[in-house]
Amino acid sequence: MNSSRQVHLPKAVPPKGRGPLGSGEMRLAYTMILPTLLIVLSIVLLPLLANFWISFKPVELGDLRPPTILSNERLKPSPKAVGEQAEISYRLRNTSQRGVVADSILTDTMPDGLVVNGELDSRCQLDGNQLKCDLGTFVPAKRETLNIAVTATREYLDNPINPRASKPVISGDPDNILTNSVFSLKNYKKVFSGSEFWKVLRVSLYYTIFGTIGALLFGLFAAQLLSTTFPGRGVLRGFFLFPYVAPVIAVAFAWVLILDAGPGGTLNAILMKIGATDGPINFLGRRATPISFFGLTFDFPVALTTVISFEVWRYFPLSFLFILARMQSMSSETYEAAEIDGATPLQQFWYISLPQLAGILAVIFLLRFIWTFNKFDDIFLLTGGAAGTRTLTVDIYEQAFAVSNLGAGAAVAVVVFFVLLTSALLLFKFSPQDDG
Amino acid sequence: MRIGNTFFITLVIGALWGAIYTVVFSVLAMLISGETIIPDVGVALFSGVAGAASYILHPAKGRSWYWVSVSAALALVVYVVVTGVMGSSNELTVLTFGTAVVTFLIAAASWHLCLNGMGSESQVRYQLEVIFLRVMKGLGFVFFSIIVALPFYVMLMTSLKSQQSLLANPLDLSIDLTQNPQQLFRSYIELFTKYQFGQFLLNSTIVSVVTVIITLLFSIPGAYAVSRLRFPGKEVMARSILLIYMVPAIVLVIPLYAVFSQLGLRNSLLGLIIVYPATTIPVAVYMFQGYFRGLPYELEEAGLMDGLTRVGVILKITLPLSLPAIASVSLYIFMIAWNEFLFAFMFLDDPSIFTLSRGVQSLNTSEIPRQHLMAGAVIATLPVLVLFLWFEKFLVAGLTAGSVKG
Repeated sequence: MNSSRQVHLPKAVPPKGRGPLGSGEMRLAYTMILPTLLIVLSIVLLPLLANFWISFKPVELGDLRPPTILSNERLKPSPKAVGEQAEISYRLRNTSQRGVVADSILTDTMPDGLVVNGELDSRCQLDGNQLKCDLGTFVPAKRETLNIAVTATREYLDNPINPRASKPVISGDPDNILTNSVFSLKNYKKVFSGSEFWKVLRVSLYYTIFGTIGALLFGLFAAQLLSTTFPGRGVLRGFFLFPYVAPVIAVAFAWVLILDAGPGGTLNAILMKIGATDGPINFLGRRATPISFFGLTFDFPVALTTVISFEVWRYFPLSFLFILARMQSMSSETYEAAEIDGATPLQQFWYISLPQLAGILAVIFLLRFIWTFNKFDDIFLLTGGAAGTRTLTVDIYEQAFAVSNLGAGAAVAVVVFFVLLTSALLLFKFSPQDDG
Repeated sequence: MRIGNTFFITLVIGALWGAIYTVVFSVLAMLISGETIIPDVGVALFSGVAGAASYILHPAKGRSWYWVSVSAALALVVYVVVTGVMGSSNELTVLTFGTAVVTFLIAAASWHLCLNGMGSESQVRYQLEVIFLRVMKGLGFVFFSIIVALPFYVMLMTSLKSQQSLLANPLDLSIDLTQNPQQLFRSYIELFTKYQFGQFLLNSTIVSVVTVIITLLFSIPGAYAVSRLRFPGKEVMARSILLIYMVPAIVLVIPLYAVFSQLGLRNSLLGLIIVYPATTIPVAVYMFQGYFRGLPYELEEAGLMDGLTRVGVILKITLPLSLPAIASVSLYIFMIAWNEFLFAFMFLDDPSIFTLSRGVQSLNTSEIPRQHLMAGAVIATLPVLVLFLWFEKFLVAGLTAGSVKG
């Protein structure tokens, strides 16, 4: 070994810190991503946090209108002669049953020719004919009358102006129930007490599990149909995507019309005409029907099954599309080899296709699981959550807007959020890289 | 002629197709004509068995479409004779006879496609599975075609009917083409004249187009930064995009409703134009970053070497290369915004600013006849479907890249 030829170079290390080019790039990156970040932050993340906040507040739909003070102004008796005594009275009322209005101040213009006599109310000041009264705090639903004694002069009698001609202005600091510091656990107590919540959770899980698996299996089936080339395949692929592409509002109402139990329902009319049933089946309105199966009787949930079928119908195109794309990227050599080795078509599907599809199937399952769990529009438009189809998402709407209890709705939304978070974390943990 | 398991399988297949198609085409004829046609399932099943048997007994090599029609004709003759002898649920008219002809022609074509190349002798497992899969495929095509087409068909036909004829026979979805167009399209005319659907159409278009533009403006730079530039927090950002876009609208609706009510943004199109892009930007960023990662970085490096600034590279190299992705994302976002229901339903109270989704929903009352509701549904569906069929390639690409949402 010849060590004399060894050259002593300084040890190579990667450059530390950030060079001018690097920090320029970083600045550019931040400028480019900042607007996106801000809008997502303000419309998605802040509302998420606000949900937690609202869920701890006893806030109802009506509270969104800030409490105001209304006044009714009267002059009585109406003066008929110079020097006659009268009284201007303001009847004031806090319109809200729950909100406080602090620091309320009334300002009004006194009619010309009416002179204040005697002591002015201690809270009021008169500056020219500008009346200003500091009324302090109005507790919810507080009523109060403010009287001002006046004497009529000739000027008024010549030109009587109703005091109502100038509207009193009442300014104040209304209590905003969303931002004040009143908190309670009432919403959570309301949501978790009683059997209703667990029933809703169970329906939600049934809907999600069967809806997801159904859409996946139908998608797999549809993808097998179009896996080989034949004339008209492209058209058929587009056609199979219709249920997903069309607006939910249109297809939901079309299905409601088809499944209607009334005289206009297409499916019931067909079934009755061809003699499949005696009377109409209330697909969307019937909670359960008893079914005997080998002597065991159990309640078959009719409306829930219909809603799940709609979910499967509307979203099978998605798994269909994913699976078809994956199948087209498979190499045909494996199948040729299997063919030569004598594998039957079903064996080829089971031992070659399915293992290759496993990754994409898992991804679709998890994503669709989350999205089906989050689904609101479909159920809401089909049944409105009636007949045993109320899922957690419909419950959010029902609590917040049908019962007008925003706080309770937000509490359910928090539950939904946690279920979602858990599923999303699972998704990240188990999703194979670059496969979706 | 050897009789093996395939022969018996053939009988089952013949029965199956005979029974299925007689139900399908009877119902179809019922919907198209408005007449009552009750399928004679038992007879059709029997005729199917006879026709399929005649088909399989002919040597596999010499079976051509000619022989297929012969088996169809045989099945038809059996059907007509049996219904004639035993009595049918329907009178023999041009319509019922035509239905039977179509039924057995299609049935014969189906058993031909299932059994093509097979003899009547016993087959090995491989051949049996081939037959099984062909039958399953056939069933699949029939099933999926029906369930996909049915709601759209009912929607369109109902919208063209009159109140009286719908009440008289809900199954009569025939259209009388001899009446004048004004009579035929009366529901549509009424929607546009009395219910401001022209305005709804305009509102939906404005909201969707503006949403697409805003989304593109925000998401392209964001996605480029996440996929190409190096900066601290990049990985967190790339991950959280997917996480954010899993957040459902229903969870956001209460706080947004509360805040937008107090800001006076609730009952306005501006409110929707703020909310829609915020919900679509994460999807768009997710889709774009995937596309940008797939573009060769060497092109951009060459641009940088030749003296372009980073912004110049984006404008002159990356964007022109991304036009297909931009088309896909735009169409996908347009579709989401056009079809959006929840926020439109929660936010809009004033009919002059309704979007189509909200407008159609407002027709869902007992006072408004259902053909109006269906006409509204058609008006809402048609633009998306036309757009979809026109740009199918791009939209399918968009769906595949972003369809984890929905």
